Amino acid sequence: MAEMNLLQAINQALDLAMARDKDVVCFGEDVGHFGGVFRATSQLQEKYGSARCFNTPLTEQGIIGFANGMAARGLKPVAEIQFADYIYPAFDQIVNETAKFRYRSGNEFNVGGLVIRTPYGGGIAGGHYHSQSPEAYFAHTAGIRVVIPRNPVQAKGLLLAAIACPDPVLFMEPKRLYRAAVGEVDIAYYETPLDKAEVVQSGCDVTVLAWGAQMEVAAKAVVLAELEGVSCELIDLRTILPWDQDCIVDSVLKTGRLVISHEAPLTGGFAGEIAATIQQRCFLYLESPIARVCGLDTPYPLALEKEYQADQLKVFSAIMDTVNF
Amino acid sequence: MNNLRNSTPDCVYQPQFIDGHALSIPTFTLLQADGCLFPRARAPNLNREQALKIYHSMVFIRILDERMLAAQRQGRISFYLQCLGEEATTVASAAALDDKDMIMAQYREQGALHYRGFSLTQFMDQLLSNEHDLGKGRQMPVHYGSKALHYMTISSPLGTQIPQASGYAYGQKLRGEPNITLCYFGEGAASVGDFHAGLNMAAVLKAPVIFFCRNNGYAISTPAHEQYISDGIASRGVGYGIPAIRVDGADALAVYEATRLARELALSGQQPVLIEAMAYRLGAHSSSDDPSGYRSRDEETRWRSQDPIARYRRWLLQQDWLDEAADQLASDVLRQEVLEALKIAEKIAKPHIDTLITDVYAQPTDLLHSQLAQLKAHIRRFPEAYPLSAARCK
Repeated sequence: MAEMNLLQAINQALDLAMARDKDVVCFGEDVGHFGGVFRATSQLQEKYGSARCFNTPLTEQGIIGFANGMAARGLKPVAEIQFADYIYPAFDQIVNETAKFRYRSGNEFNVGGLVIRTPYGGGIAGGHYHSQSPEAYFAHTAGIRVVIPRNPVQAKGLLLAAIACPDPVLFMEPKRLYRAAVGEVDIAYYETPLDKAEVVQSGCDVTVLAWGAQMEVAAKAVVLAELEGVSCELIDLRTILPWDQDCIVDSVLKTGRLVISHEAPLTGGFAGEIAATIQQRCFLYLESPIARVCGLDTPYPLALEKEYQADQLKVFSAIMDTVNF
Repeated sequence: MNNLRNSTPDCVYQPQFIDGHALSIPTFTLLQADGCLFPRARAPNLNREQALKIYHSMVFIRILDERMLAAQRQGRISFYLQCLGEEATTVASAAALDDKDMIMAQYREQGALHYRGFSLTQFMDQLLSNEHDLGKGRQMPVHYGSKALHYMTISSPLGTQIPQASGYAYGQKLRGEPNITLCYFGEGAASVGDFHAGLNMAAVLKAPVIFFCRNNGYAISTPAHEQYISDGIASRGVGYGIPAIRVDGADALAVYEATRLARELALSGQQPVLIEAMAYRLGAHSSSDDPSGYRSRDEETRWRSQDPIARYRRWLLQQDWLDEAADQLASDVLRQEVLEALKIAEKIAKPHIDTLITDVYAQPTDLLHSQLAQLKAHIRRFPEAYPLSAARCK
């Protein structure tokens, strides 16, 4: 075990994966000698050479198109998109190509080795082009997996599992927590399942569900609610697509209440999908309407970021309103 | 590579603009319309067997196209794309490759696929979306693909295969393979972002890929002069630092030779090469298109005189490699075989309903299994509404 932050855990996962398998190749803008703008790929070019860890030209659609081709050849590209806000030029390559490669060819070809890493989310005074949480766009696309870790332990295990996975994976990293989230991490190789939620804390009055950086906010809200005598079950969804329905259903059957919180705007957000499913599967057990605490349906602001965010007080309020419905 | 930052620049002391129109890349051609070589041209080193194999694939595709377009008009298949007029570009280029070189095509390169060995039955199974289709009936007709033949399954969005070809070739290079990737696209697709991204990536990262532009004059109804200005697509290669050649796309010998040399260059130099084949799409864009609305009969007639198959055929006759009577008979037999194969493929069942949820992920998810179970229960309730699958939902 060693103490490390989320970035170091990602860097170690990439290092282990490249050491184990020469087919693992890391690339993206500034990823080479510089180690990426956040330093997630530090030292990898020095260790594995510039053929396996390199800078690309500034073209997101080129990076993902190139990665698709490399994965189709049987390699395991780990392509970095510098900010999730800049993933849209690659949207066509991800949604129409990555996600459909295996299906459209009847499994003649696939891009199973592909992992797309991208930092997402707000709270860093980044304004609307450095703060978006676009997971819901990709959750609508069958054929890819969408994974969001919340801490260093998860980041390492989930990233190693993503690289080993026979399906292409979009791996979204909470950049606000890159250096803020620190923990004891096993320095050996390990994988964390890509389709399981994690029950972080048991409780009996209400289920509180979030993922990625929003888990920190949810955990603070749970502490506030507990001071009011409310017992919360806190769950990290961990993988957005496919998502662990059964885990959430089991919890809501027990608590009868659900509060879902994410950073992204409310309308069309992934909380809507979860709410619809839980409503269908737990209808007779629900004690109150499912609550969603999300960003506003606006672009992400700069100066009024604090007001915009689904912060712990908003989540706390939703928990109390749900319990007292 | 010329590194502008580290070299002493050539300077001028009066402003000078470089006009792209000044760049005029010549067209490489060997064969005249009458089947004779141009005076200073030399035929590539093709033996009789190879030369005839190229010819037979060109003829096969022309007959397949003609019959399947008719089948589409009869409502027997939903859609078709023919490559009339472009047979030489795709077949002769494929002939210059190693069988293990990857081909990543657009959708009008069935000649290359046939040359690789895709059988008449395989063509029919795909066109009819039956359960023998390698693509499991999931894509429109003409979206062929075959792992065994190193021919990547076609995708409908234009140009997406261009950066993928760069990545595939880079993978071949990392694996140390003695192979390259050839990527086909039309001059219309050279306008999409993926083209520029893909060329730049390949050039900078030194991927052994041949970008093969079929410049056939039209992107659906948009003529080439409304698609780009300056000197065609070959000049784009030059701008990206990629060696480029323009070739007469209706001349099978020139296409073969240009591709052979491009392959040598890509493989030995581990670098991209660009070929622009000047051809003409004699047919419609697709079975949903009518070119009489946007181009003249005169123009088509003029290009018909450049028919790549007729031109190549005359050359073969001059080599004494082709027997006219036997050739005519073979074409008649092939027409019959195509119709027979169509009838057989039509009778084969559609893919099993279980294939609705396979290949989305490596293994279907629990949710997909439960969605399929619900669907089957629904079909059992209304079997007459789902005749393709009702019998398989027991």
